[in-house]
Amino acid sequence: MSDWVEACAADDIDEEDVMRFDHAGRTFAIYRSPQDEFFATDGLCTHEQIHLSQGLVMGDIIECPKHNGRFNYKTGAARGAPVCVSLKTYPVKVDAGKVFVQLG
Amino acid sequence: MTVTPLARDYSLVGKDSRRAVESGLAAAEWYHTDIPRKQMKELMQRSDGPAIRDTVIWLGLLIAFSAAGAALWGSWWCVPFFLCYGVLYGSATDSRWHECGHGTAFKTQWMNDVVYQIACFMIMRNPVTWRWSHTRHHTDTVIVGRDPEIAVMRPPDLLRVVLNFFGIIDVWHALVDMIRNAAGVLSAAEKTFIPEQEQHKAIRIARIWVAIYAATIALAVYFGSWLPLMLIGLPRLYGAWHHVLTGLLQHGGLADNVIDHRLNSRTVLMNPMSRFIYWNMNYHVEHHMFPMVPYHALPKLHEMIKHDLPAPCQSIWAGYREMVPAFLRQLRNEDYFVKRQLPATARPYRDDFHQASAVAAE
Repeated sequence: MSDWVEACAADDIDEEDVMRFDHAGRTFAIYRSPQDEFFATDGLCTHEQIHLSQGLVMGDIIECPKHNGRFNYKTGAARGAPVCVSLKTYPVKVDAGKVFVQLG
Repeated sequence: MTVTPLARDYSLVGKDSRRAVESGLAAAEWYHTDIPRKQMKELMQRSDGPAIRDTVIWLGLLIAFSAAGAALWGSWWCVPFFLCYGVLYGSATDSRWHECGHGTAFKTQWMNDVVYQIACFMIMRNPVTWRWSHTRHHTDTVIVGRDPEIAVMRPPDLLRVVLNFFGIIDVWHALVDMIRNAAGVLSAAEKTFIPEQEQHKAIRIARIWVAIYAATIALAVYFGSWLPLMLIGLPRLYGAWHHVLTGLLQHGGLADNVIDHRLNSRTVLMNPMSRFIYWNMNYHVEHHMFPMVPYHALPKLHEMIKHDLPAPCQSIWAGYREMVPAFLRQLRNEDYFVKRQLPATARPYRDDFHQASAVAAE
């Protein structure tokens, strides 16, 4: 439970935006909400393995760039077709301006 | 290197479908023009304003034309009003269905959902079935055996194309599908792209629609008048011509089995009236490359990336002058297609796919 991995600097992500983070052969998406909170999910859409980091963040929602499927990135819940399977989420903390994701 | 077979099998469960999966054409990585993230975010931003304005105009005109047509029913003066009503019912719904299905027309999702359901009913496309078929169309655009929305297959069935200007073939199939779905049956092809947990929704919608059409027919019989059907159902026939006119240009006569939308899709500059009816889907390369960009931002996207795209056709007429000869030539050689010329400023992509099909076209 202590596998905190540094993903990026907090300033690397604009508010209400997302960026890609690759680690150990896996890909993740790191989000910064309009309330300046940080979240992390698996980086690929559960529908057709498209990188969510190219998508659009709207409030609590990330929309996939290929088919417009939607997830709540805070909970990972699937929120709109063609997405049926929810995203896996990961704990995030910000320390000294750095964003850490717990991948354990 | 991929070699296109001479006789194409468009079945979603046939040999070309299996071949597309094996060759890597299915669910492939498609070409995208590079756009800085900041600009892309601006283009993707949603707004309710343009779609509310356009929907108020659309619904207002539908009501006005139908009221005038009904009031003048029995005289020839009703004809022009029904012709306008028909286009708004049987053609403008094609783009409304499409944009709201992507969830990009409005910022507010329930507005997308409401217009989507209304437009699907009018254009006679089951909202569940077509949501999923269109998802596949974007994954595998004009990939033979994978794309369920190829409007003109090769060799082209030109009689079918002409009849569809009056909705004849499409409506027949839509009615058969609706009744089959209402009976609780989904086809083998539908099952390939509609997830199991969604299939019951397609059946429920079909049953609601059958009830609406039955009520409309009952009303027509009761009053001994065609008027109810002139307002519900028949406009899908007499008003279909504009959506077929514009829709054929999207991919007609262009390459199949390539993974670059610049080669299999066509952008056509159109008059403002057609662009209102069509909700800017004339920027079709741009839409396929970036489906998250709302219809009202497509002209801006076009300006931003046109250096990387083939030159657009300058009018609907110019598009048909390019497309129709290709259809005629495909009657003799179904491998023939119009090869889109990328400008010198464009980046090439996956020449192996493109060269193979170019050789077959000779």
